[in-house]
Amino acid sequence: MIEIKNLHKSFGGKAVLRGVNLTIQDGERLVIVGRSGCGKSVLLKHIINLLQPDEGYILVDEIPIRKVGQKDLFQLRRQFGFLFQGAALFDSMTVSENIALPLNEHTKWSKTEIAEKVSEKLSLVGLPGIEDLKPSELSGGMKKRVGLARALILEPKYIMYDEPTTGLDPIMAANIDKLIVKLSEHLQVTSIVVTHDMQSVEKVADRVVMLHNGRIIFSGTVDEMNRSDDEVVHQFVTADADGPIQPKPQKYLT
Amino acid sequence: MITFINTIGRTVILFVHEVGAVSTLTLRAFRYSNRIWKMRRLIIEQMLDIGVRSLPLVIFVGVFAGAVASIQTAYQLKGYISFNYLGAATSVAVFIELGPVLTALVAAGRIGASIAAELGTMRVTEQIDAMEALAIDPVRYLALPRILSGFIMIPLLTIVADFVGILGGYGVAYLNLNLPAEIFFGSVKEFFTIMNVMSGLIKAFFFGGITAIVGCYVGFNAQGGAEGVGQATIRAFVISAALILLNDYLLSLILF
Ligand SMILES: Nc1ncnc2c1ncn2[C@@H]1O[C@H](COP(=O)(O)OP(=O)(O)OP(=O)(O)O)[C@@H](O)[C@H]1O
Ligand SMILES: [Mg+2]
Repeated sequence: MIEIKNLHKSFGGKAVLRGVNLTIQDGERLVIVGRSGCGKSVLLKHIINLLQPDEGYILVDEIPIRKVGQKDLFQLRRQFGFLFQGAALFDSMTVSENIALPLNEHTKWSKTEIAEKVSEKLSLVGLPGIEDLKPSELSGGMKKRVGLARALILEPKYIMYDEPTTGLDPIMAANIDKLIVKLSEHLQVTSIVVTHDMQSVEKVADRVVMLHNGRIIFSGTVDEMNRSDDEVVHQFVTADADGPIQPKPQKYLT
Repeated sequence: MITFINTIGRTVILFVHEVGAVSTLTLRAFRYSNRIWKMRRLIIEQMLDIGVRSLPLVIFVGVFAGAVASIQTAYQLKGYISFNYLGAATSVAVFIELGPVLTALVAAGRIGASIAAELGTMRVTEQIDAMEALAIDPVRYLALPRILSGFIMIPLLTIVADFVGILGGYGVAYLNLNLPAEIFFGSVKEFFTIMNVMSGLIKAFFFGGITAIVGCYVGFNAQGGAEGVGQATIRAFVISAALILLNDYLLSLILF
């Protein structure tokens, strides 16, 4: 279980998160939506302490992640898979080296065992046989999926997907949505998905939360979100250009 | 006046803060010393990278530094002391000062800047975050091999620079003064002390470490896209060049 309590974060005086409270149950598939730049990626990074809150705290299975020492922090992070928004592949390494890195570092597996595991994960994301390519030789969507394979390699208990279907064609996107659901159903992983893709929200979400102006302003099922009479949520769901959300980010009121 | 004092105060605090952060990084890297054997492949890779990439430049600089040392020494000896001692005087200058300092300065440009650029790019493209997310400490995986290589490879490169420096010195002596090889190298040998070479190598050891540590620190703390990486690269060069010259002075006080 992940508990986020009263999380505040500013960058150089600009408040991004202004008191986020969110509890994520084990086995849940939680989707986080919100307009671009509202702090979704920042929120995910806090969960594994890649960013530190100005105020508030996060508990992962009751352990305050901010308080643990270096060694335990790395131990804790092994339970997490993180698909970065920009894939964040290591560009000095090949695809297979990218995916195998955590296994090489954390297990005593043999080369063949690791190679097998890598090719299994590559097939899972629909990219069999591309082991020897360099990230620079991949398309944006392929990078995303290699990033996903890498995030899955340690068979984590929690998986955080930052826009997993952005940049994929609709069929591939549907496949990834299916994969997310499959992983959560078969392996009981807890999934946290950030997305702008309303189709994948429908397919994936047990629960949707909406982040707006630095706080969670909605939490509920997809149906509840679609029927919400909150103006902001309504505008977001209907993708309406007119409404309380305007293109120019309003100065966050503190 | 108040603002002036304020500025100084803030600069001092910032400086102390950075020195603290750099020390923390170094300590954190060396806390993984027990894993060095396991990481040998990464370390050797970095050592080769650093060594091979810098070799041509170090040779180039070494030859010319030796040549210049030889010309200037000849100019100073002229009329007072026999040119038979030219080899000795040139080699001492090369061993103690020119070899290590010029090699380190060249390396600060070449190695420090390329470490900063590489790690800085990894920082701004979230590759360092990704590594942390995979439960791998970038300080161990990325910084430690580079820092170790800096400590080891700059002294090795300095030996090369010493060697070609003396050859360069002789080349000039031969071309300008027609000095026979036996006399030049005879005097190099006669006045050769292991202490001179060692003191140069000790300097090189510290310079190499400084260069790599600064490169790593600046790279890890890069921010803001390609522009930030560019700034990090320049910063790495400026900071390590300044520290090398400062340390050259301090080490010279201690060693002599
Ligand atoms: N390291 C950082 N330094 C300074 N500002 C940052 C940093 N990271 C994020 N921000 C700022 O925080 C805000 C939220 O960024 P974030 O990446 O979380 O947005 P997002 O909700 O993920 O948007 P998108 O849907 O476009 O990915 C942005 O305004 C961004 O400029
Ligand atoms: Mg984002």
